[in-house]
Amino acid sequence: MSAATPVFRRPGVRLSLRYLAALLLTVIFLFPIYWLFIISLKTPEEIFAFPPVWYPKNLQFANYRVLFRDGDAVTVWNSLVLAGASTILAMIIGTLAAYSLVRFKTGGENLAVWIISQRMMPPVAIVFPIFLLYVFFGWVDSYHGLILLYTAFNLPYVIWMMRGYIEDIPLELEESALVDGCGRWAVLWKVVFPMARTGLFATAVFTFVFAWNEFLFALVLTRTEVITYTVQVTHYFGGQSNFWAKIAAMSVLGTIPVFVAVATMQRYLVRGISMGAVKG
Amino acid sequence: MEPGAPSGALAAPDRFFKYWLIAPAIFLLLLIGLFPLVYSLIVSFQRLTMLEADTSFAGLANYAQLFRDHRLWESLLHTAVITVIALPLELILGLAMAQLFLERMPGRQFFVSLLVLPTIISPIVAGAMWRLMLDNRYGPINQIIGWFAGKPVTLLWTVNPDLVYPAIIFCEIWQWTPFMFLILLAALSNVDRSLTEAAEIDGAGYWRTLVRIVLPQIWPVMAVAILIRGLDLVRIFDIIWALTGGGPGTITETISIYTYIQGFQQFETSYTAAIAFLVIAILTIIVVWAIRRMGLAK
Repeated sequence: MSAATPVFRRPGVRLSLRYLAALLLTVIFLFPIYWLFIISLKTPEEIFAFPPVWYPKNLQFANYRVLFRDGDAVTVWNSLVLAGASTILAMIIGTLAAYSLVRFKTGGENLAVWIISQRMMPPVAIVFPIFLLYVFFGWVDSYHGLILLYTAFNLPYVIWMMRGYIEDIPLELEESALVDGCGRWAVLWKVVFPMARTGLFATAVFTFVFAWNEFLFALVLTRTEVITYTVQVTHYFGGQSNFWAKIAAMSVLGTIPVFVAVATMQRYLVRGISMGAVKG
Repeated sequence: MEPGAPSGALAAPDRFFKYWLIAPAIFLLLLIGLFPLVYSLIVSFQRLTMLEADTSFAGLANYAQLFRDHRLWESLLHTAVITVIALPLELILGLAMAQLFLERMPGRQFFVSLLVLPTIISPIVAGAMWRLMLDNRYGPINQIIGWFAGKPVTLLWTVNPDLVYPAIIFCEIWQWTPFMFLILLAALSNVDRSLTEAAEIDGAGYWRTLVRIVLPQIWPVMAVAILIRGLDLVRIFDIIWALTGGGPGTITETISIYTYIQGFQQFETSYTAAIAFLVIAILTIIVVWAIRRMGLAK
């Protein structure tokens, strides 16, 4: 900046330069995603062309058709079931816990620290004992086993986020509802949940995305029945003969829902990924 | 105390109400928070493997083995190297990008929305994506480098021992710089403008204003971002699994990958439990210290 000549300081030039930088950054960051998408639409000849084909001549969906024909696409459904069910459970259990923490200061600060610290535990150290436990129960490769684990693992996040959103609700509203003759549960149902609904929705979307994108738990705890799309993608790796078309098509199938989910949540993105550290 | 009388199963006395609300959460968190710790501790004193159910007492044999295990310490070193290089780069690049987008410009929100996309992709997909990008023959990266070099380039990014770390760190930075960028942009937007303007009137230069006025103000948010990313990096698994699988050989094994291989490919149950216990114990200390230090629990 200090070395800038007066020309660079002119507002028009400055803005143009900033646009140029912004454009360049966007191209750099989005090119890999573009590449993934076009590989999924290329024919094998185009994928393995040298030099690489930068845009496919005619788009075709054969790579996706193969995934559906062979039944590989069912892994996307498995991801949906696991992420969906665990998100609903974590939202219910987590929101109630957050309410208890905020309104009644249950367990004090120590409990709050313990809860959030669970979020930061290494998944690999958690999943190993859990695997042994699930082998004992016969829960490996089952929906309920993974749903339970995803629910538990995402709970600290839900509690942490909902704590922030519930703190924003004015206490007077709840008090007046109590005075009007509502029970404790009625206050929750009629005042707290409606007031926190945008927060609930935003938190649910991010919780869903975390579970949807998860890999290690799914890798360890699935075999054939409930394989998720992330695990399926790695099944296509193999020495020299990677199934490029399948990797790309499966990745795109798994990525589009995330883009859609987060696009609806633009306003809450910062708060969502910073675990509430930045209130938007 | 309250006039309305809840009916049926909901008629919990008020003073237990708060515990009913939080009980299911505590129960589930004990499943991932306490059970693995206790169970790892017990198993780590036995001689279990996946093939042999030998529960006899092994004393501290497994823990003694930790100290002799070069592969373990190397994996910790690899983890540290990746963290120490990637974290500052993400922070600096994220801060620079946030500075670029701080001033208003038409279409800013559009750019920001697009730039955030890498962060929300599954890390396993990001790794797979970069594997395709970095392919020595059919990947565009070597092709682009070839344009600048003026001759065809066939670098083996995911196989050559000299190139795997740059590849991993590059992919890591690609995915998570937008995370830093987004959080720091929000933090910078909240900086009190009158202070920076006053500093500029007093003749403070750009860097001086940044270091003395701006950074102290965004530090609380920056600290949280560093904490979240730092812990993610220490636990890194997915990207490396997709890119190199820990190879070539064991060159890119991180602590998470090494633990996985011991447990699920070498089937050393008791020894893996000892590693898991070690990892949980180390991280618990770091995490609780960091959370308290940063006042995150307020």
